[in-house]
Amino acid sequence: MSAALLIDFGSTYTKLRAVDLDRRALIGTAQGPSTVQTDVNVGMRAALDALRAKVGALPVFRYRLASSSAAGGLRMVTVGLVKELTAEAARRAALGAGAKLVGSFAYRLTSADLESIQRLAPDILLLAGGTDGGNTEVVVHNAAALAASSLACPIVYAGNRGAVDDVRRYLAGKPLSVCENVMPEFNVLNIEPARAAIREIFIQRIVHAKGIDRAANEFDAVLMPTPAAVMEGARLLADGHGGIAGLGELVVVDPGGATTDVHSVATGAPASPAVVQRGLPEPRVKRTVEGDLGMRHNATTIAEVATVEAIARDAGVSGDEASAWVARLAGDVEHLPANATEKAMDDALARAAVRIAMRRHCGTTQVVHTVHGPVTAQEGKDLTNVRALVGTGGVFAHGDDPRALLAAGLARAEEPDSLRPRAPRLLVDRHYVLYACGLLAQAEPAAALEFARAHLADVTQEEAHERTAHA
Amino acid sequence: MTTMPGRPHTIVTGVIGADTHIVGNRILSMALEKAGFKVVALGALTPAPEFVKAAVETAADAILVSSLYGQGELDCRGFRELCIEAGLEKILLYVGGNLIVGKHPWPDVEKIFLDMGFDRAAAPGTRAETVIDWLNRDFAAREQGLQRAEK
Repeated sequence: MSAALLIDFGSTYTKLRAVDLDRRALIGTAQGPSTVQTDVNVGMRAALDALRAKVGALPVFRYRLASSSAAGGLRMVTVGLVKELTAEAARRAALGAGAKLVGSFAYRLTSADLESIQRLAPDILLLAGGTDGGNTEVVVHNAAALAASSLACPIVYAGNRGAVDDVRRYLAGKPLSVCENVMPEFNVLNIEPARAAIREIFIQRIVHAKGIDRAANEFDAVLMPTPAAVMEGARLLADGHGGIAGLGELVVVDPGGATTDVHSVATGAPASPAVVQRGLPEPRVKRTVEGDLGMRHNATTIAEVATVEAIARDAGVSGDEASAWVARLAGDVEHLPANATEKAMDDALARAAVRIAMRRHCGTTQVVHTVHGPVTAQEGKDLTNVRALVGTGGVFAHGDDPRALLAAGLARAEEPDSLRPRAPRLLVDRHYVLYACGLLAQAEPAAALEFARAHLADVTQEEAHERTAHA
Repeated sequence: MTTMPGRPHTIVTGVIGADTHIVGNRILSMALEKAGFKVVALGALTPAPEFVKAAVETAADAILVSSLYGQGELDCRGFRELCIEAGLEKILLYVGGNLIVGKHPWPDVEKIFLDMGFDRAAAPGTRAETVIDWLNRDFAAREQGLQRAEK
């Protein structure tokens, strides 16, 4: 048997997925604690022991590939010029590389900005600004300011090509890599080179800096941050490989304890040629992270955005009960629902997080009144016609009603301006295989694709059954 | 706003406000490109702040605002102030098109826009060649330290 071991060094758990490459089947799953802060080997060995306890003696793995979101994830700061232009392009590049954005800055860095950057102590800083041939003054000023700071992390320069020599001169004392501009022309997005540079630094330096390479005997390579692995899994699942068809354009939603991530693999172009696209062009593979929509660490902000009344109504409880539940989570993030009422409130909170995160990720339309009559303008991606919506992460793996949770992310008649999916297939990643698929895709894409397709549960039909049942 | 030798002047063009008339602006943008300028064309339905943001990022030397639906006076109000706010005090600003609804003598219309801080206003029917000539002379005047050429 030819087999692969896919490892996720997470912030809470060290997770393992063992895959039979010939049969495209899951041999077993297991997890141990995350022990990056002390010795990563402890959690890794516990996870391997747990796997052995489930499946018996382990095969010799042909590949042992890992991703990591441990030790705070890949913490990044981005710097650009205009907030909506190169600063936004830099943010998208960092998010697309699977980073956790801890700070974003625009225009000239002030001394207060520099202080907060030094305090944030990112793993990598991405410096952009100016189109090629455009503004050089601000990005050179920012390079000089960073050079004079105590910041010691690697810096990726992805700004105006015309400023490269000056930037190199100023940043000679810092670890610097230079790549193509994130916005070479006005409103042209070019984030792949910056993503590749970030990924390279992650492999070369960050894995070591976080102490993950202490477990180097147990794996062949740590390839990328875990969110990037999920994104690679989504990309493969959508596009297919060789003769094996993918699912077509899709969206993945991943509600976690601290954030809710949404990935889309779709052009998102306006559905009608009469609709005018506004704003920065959208990357086909796009990741957004909602830092205020975490099921545990940010339950309070979910309730603020969604309103406690709405969550109470959805859960079928009183407003006071919902308030008390949210307050309890804020005080004790480890708390798990202990009875049916708490479970209902927790589910309602998750549905609110999915609904809001999807609303923010998907584009919107707005009718502009001109002298020639109304014109529809679109901002962001039109995801109304994507073929599949995939739910991944703990809430989907353990929840009772993953279909209802996914459905919370769909289009709603009362919000016609929000371009969320209308009637996609609803798929649930019950075994948390999407990250494993993204890692395996780097070595055996065909096996990774067929494995993932076989292990996502299609819950679209459950909706029909329920409708019949309720009718 | 210094121009490096050999670097073409960068010009931002677009149609301001809720105005969809793109054809004239597109013809102008093509003519400018042919004349050797680097053109950043924002197209129709462009809010004033977007012209300014594009000019900052691309270090543009001039912004050419088109308005053809008669609302130009409203849409362009405060345009120079927006530029000053963004650190582009000196950027060359032109405006052109059917700027005001109804019949007004052109000198009156022109004065309104020059008073707003535009360097030149182009009357309906102005040819692209005229605009290119203005740009060349104004950029030459800038080399001499002037805001724009005499006429």
